[in-house]
Amino acid sequence: MRWLLAKDLRILGRSRLLVGVLVLYPIAISLLIGLAISRSPGKPKVAIVNETPPGQTVHVGGQNVQVDQYVAELFDQVTPVAASSRAQAIAEIKSGKALAAVVIPRDIVARVSSGTKGAVEVLYNGNAIEQSVVQSELNSALAQANLQFSEQIQRAAAQAIGSLLGGGEGANVLGAPANLIGLKEIPGQLRATIAKLPGGPEREKLVRIERFAEFAAQNLGLARGVLSTIGQPIQVSSTAIEGRRTPLNTFAVVVAVSVSLMFVCVLLAAGGLALEREEHTLARLLRGTIARDGLLAEKLFLAAACSFVLALAMLAGIGAFVPLEWSRVGRWLLALAFGALAFGALGIAIGALAREVRAASLLAFGLSLPLAFLALVPAGSVASGVYDVVAVISFVFPFKPALQALDAAVNGASPGLAVSIAHLAGLTLLFGLLARVGLRRLE
Amino acid sequence: MNSGEAGGIRAGTGAGGSNGGDGGGVGSLVEQAAQPLLVAEGLTKRYGERDALRAVSFEVGEGELVAIVGPNGAGKTTLLSILAGVQPASAGEVSGPGVGAALGWAPQQGAVYSKLTVAENLRLFARLADVADVEAAVEAMLDQTDLRARANERVERLSGGNRQRVNVALALIGDPPALALDEPTSALDPGQRQRLWEFVGDLARSGTAVLFSTHHLGEVRSYATRAIVLADGELLFDGTPDELVAEAGGPANFEAAFVSYLKVRGH
Repeated sequence: MRWLLAKDLRILGRSRLLVGVLVLYPIAISLLIGLAISRSPGKPKVAIVNETPPGQTVHVGGQNVQVDQYVAELFDQVTPVAASSRAQAIAEIKSGKALAAVVIPRDIVARVSSGTKGAVEVLYNGNAIEQSVVQSELNSALAQANLQFSEQIQRAAAQAIGSLLGGGEGANVLGAPANLIGLKEIPGQLRATIAKLPGGPEREKLVRIERFAEFAAQNLGLARGVLSTIGQPIQVSSTAIEGRRTPLNTFAVVVAVSVSLMFVCVLLAAGGLALEREEHTLARLLRGTIARDGLLAEKLFLAAACSFVLALAMLAGIGAFVPLEWSRVGRWLLALAFGALAFGALGIAIGALAREVRAASLLAFGLSLPLAFLALVPAGSVASGVYDVVAVISFVFPFKPALQALDAAVNGASPGLAVSIAHLAGLTLLFGLLARVGLRRLE
Repeated sequence: MNSGEAGGIRAGTGAGGSNGGDGGGVGSLVEQAAQPLLVAEGLTKRYGERDALRAVSFEVGEGELVAIVGPNGAGKTTLLSILAGVQPASAGEVSGPGVGAALGWAPQQGAVYSKLTVAENLRLFARLADVADVEAAVEAMLDQTDLRARANERVERLSGGNRQRVNVALALIGDPPALALDEPTSALDPGQRQRLWEFVGDLARSGTAVLFSTHHLGEVRSYATRAIVLADGELLFDGTPDELVAEAGGPANFEAAFVSYLKVRGH
C-alpha cells in the first residue's frame, strides 16, 4: 500500500493547480473569516444636516436639554459627512460620498417642547441591497440617538418632579419662588393647622386640601419611578437550556473549518479513486497485486490525512484572529481525525460509483454543498415534517456529526465529543462498505 | 476474482484438456503444448440475459502466438480479461501456470498512469508485483521495449505508439510465461505496428506464449502461428491461418476467407 500512497502523492504533487487550490484555499478562507469576525462592520457614511439654530435647547422643568447632544449622539453612530443644507446633502448622496442623509428640521425644538413628536427626514440612495443595509444601520443609529435623547428628557423630568416633592432652596423648577415648600411637607403642616381650628366649614375645606396634598405627593412619587422605566420598559434575561453558550464567532470558525474539511476530503477521495478507473489502471491493480480493501483504505487515508492537515492549518490560522482555547487542542485533533475519516469514506463511496474524475468531482461537490446547508437549518425555522426529513439526511451523512464534534472540541458544545465521534465512526464503516460494494459492482 | 461466480482460475502446472472448436489441431505447435501454459475449459460469461462467451475451450502452449479474431461483440476482450483474472467466468475454468496474475496483460486502453514517467510506471508495477530486483527489471523492460530514451518522460507526453509500448512493458514486468494483448496495434501507425510485432515475435521465439486480439487480419496471417475465431461468444475455429483459408474453401486472401467463413456460418 505504501507504494500506492507514494504514487498518489507524486501524482498529487504534479497536479499543480490542485495543490495550489489546496494550499491557497485554507489561507484565503482563514483570512476572510478571521477578518470578518475580528473587525466590526464599518459605519455607514451619512450626511447630517442640523437646521436648528446653534445652542437651542428643549426645556423640561428646570432642565435644558441640548439638541446638539442629539446630533452628537447621531454622529457617533455613523461616519458623518459634512453638509450644511438639505440640497448639499442630496448632492453628497448623488455623488456617492454619502449613502444617506439625516435632516434635523428647524422646528424640532418647538415640537418636542410642545409635547408633539419631532420628526427627522432620512434620504437614501443606492440599489435595493445597499438601501436595505443602510436603512437598517440608520434605523439602529436613530433609535440609539432617540433613546439617549429621551433618557436626558426623562432625567430632567424626574429631577423636576423631585424638586416639586422635596421643595427647599435647591428646587430647580423654572420660575419657582425661593424657599419653595415641597409637596410632601404640605399634608403634615396642614394637619398641624387643622388641629388648632374649631370645627366648621373652614376646617372641612382644609381637611379636603390636606387629603388632596397627601394623594398628590404619593402619586407624584410613583410617577418618578414610572418615568425611569419608560426608556427601557422590558429587560431580557436569556438561559441556554442545553449545553453551553457557543459564541457566534467561534461557531463560525467551526462551520468554516468543517466545510473545508468536507470539501477537500470528499473531493480528494472521490477523485483519487475515480482516477484509477479513468486511467484504466483499476483492473491492473486489482487482478492480484492489490486487494480491493487495501486500495480503498489507501485512498481514504490519503484524503483524510491531506484534509486533516489543511483543517488544522485553518484552525491555527483563524486562531490568530479569534481567541481559541489552545488547551483543547487534543480534542480538536480527535474531532478533525474522525471527521476526516468519515468524509474520506463518503468520498471513496462516490469515487467507486463514478467512472471518471470529472463526474466524481461533480457528484462530490453537488452532494457536499446541500449537506452543509441542511446541517445548518435550525429547528423551528421550517415546518416540522420538513425538519424531520432534514434531520434524517443530516444524520446519515457525516457533515452534521463532524460539525458537532468540532463544536464540542473547540467550544465544549453539546452533544459531547464522544457521541459525535461514535457517530462518525459508524458512518465511516457504513460508507466504507458502500464503497466496497460499489467498486465490486462496477469492476 | 471469481467469488460468487461459477467459473474459476486454477494456476499451476496445467491440467490439460481438449482443444475446442471445429478447427482441430494446431500443427507442429501441438507437440510444444504438451504441457500447456494456459487451459480454458468451457468458459461461459453471461451479462444478464446475454451470453458473451459460450463454453469456450482451448489450450495455449509455450512459444505460441495465438490471434483471437471475430466481429465486434464476439467476446474477444471478455475472453482475454477472464484469462487475466480481471473478471470471473460465469461457468468453466481457466488453469495452468500462465493464467490470472501470472499472465502479463495489456488491456486495449493503456492502463498506465499518465502523470508518472515511463520508468516510474515500470518501477511501481514491479514493486506491486513483488519483483525481486526492481531496478534490474525496469532496466530490462526499457531495453526490451526500446523506451530507454523516453524513460524519464511523463506518459501523458508520449505518442500513442510509445504509450502502447509502455502498456506492453507493464504486462511483461515480472517476466510472465504468457502474455495477453488486447488489440495492441489499434492506435499505431504501420511502422509502429511492424516494430511491435518484431518485438512480440522475439518474445514468442524466446518461449513466451502470446495471445492477442485484433481487427487487422493481415497481422494474423503474417505473425500468428494460430488463430481462434469467435462469433457471438462461440468458438468457431481453432487452427493455423492457412487452415482457416483452406476451410473457407475459396479465396486465397485471408480477409476474404475470414469473411466468407463467418458468412457461411451465419455471422
